[in-house]
Amino acid sequence: MARGFEMSAQFSIGERVHVRRAYPPGHVRTPHFIRGKTGVVANIAGEFANPEELAYGRDGLPKLALYHVNFRQTDLWPGYTGQPSDTTVVAIYENWLDADEGSEP
Amino acid sequence: MSDSHSHDHDDWPYPHPKQPDTEDSEFTDYMAMAAAVGNLLIEKNIISRDDLRGMIESIDSKSPADGAKAVARAWVDPEFKSRLLEDVVAAAGELGLDAGTIPIRAVENTPEVHNVIVCTLCSCYPRMLLGLPPDWYKSRAYRSRVVREPREVLREFGTEISNDVEVRVHDSTADLRYMVIPMRPERTEDLNEEELAALVNRDSMIGVTTAGK
Repeated sequence: MARGFEMSAQFSIGERVHVRRAYPPGHVRTPHFIRGKTGVVANIAGEFANPEELAYGRDGLPKLALYHVNFRQTDLWPGYTGQPSDTTVVAIYENWLDADEGSEP
Repeated sequence: MSDSHSHDHDDWPYPHPKQPDTEDSEFTDYMAMAAAVGNLLIEKNIISRDDLRGMIESIDSKSPADGAKAVARAWVDPEFKSRLLEDVVAAAGELGLDAGTIPIRAVENTPEVHNVIVCTLCSCYPRMLLGLPPDWYKSRAYRSRVVREPREVLREFGTEISNDVEVRVHDSTADLRYMVIPMRPERTEDLNEEELAALVNRDSMIGVTTAGK
């Protein structure tokens, strides 16, 4: 299902990306617990209409690339009690991602 | 169950709890809105009452047995498993299963990785293949805890994940749904596909348990 979308996607698999630390009102599909965090693109899921626009009856176009971003649990939760290898994968639209420039995770 | 009634007709002085009737639970704004929108769509001839009933029946007819069929086929047919991992909706179609139009991503449990699914924002769930989600899946406790302390939550479901296995939580926040392909239990070489499907329960396709329990 992801074929053909890689070309328009700004980030590629394996790239480190930073989730914007922003708190806009509205129908936002980026969970709070990953805002401001850094992860690695695991997969490009395709292109989808922007849900933040669709929620208000607009067309959500142009479509946004949607990424599966893999986060280390130890980067998300201080005092994480599981194993260092544990991860969480979140689907994030491109408008929420910046290239990681060595910012703190 | 705060309501109660007493037995005036005998000497027993203690009330016992009464099962609340449907009307005793709160009628929320959302329930009123859903009913109003449904009635408006029917009044304006956009859909018929039969359409609405048909849709509800269609949703009610979905069950984890559909997902289990796909998992059992993946266990016996590696090429089918590849296609399932590539595109669940298309692969389910090969088995005559209608998996809907929302893309579903299958994630495979292996000796190295144990996957578990949640929707921290609401209750996204692969309903077309697994039926309606269990109430606990929609609870705030599950949604908040399974990302924060997945191993503890899995333990409460009776699932102990070894320390050398990565626990990978998938948060269904966007346009995709997820299903877990659990590991095929050991010593099931002699079972046919139908018997294998019987080992795949709903919880194992959410990832809170393993198959064959």
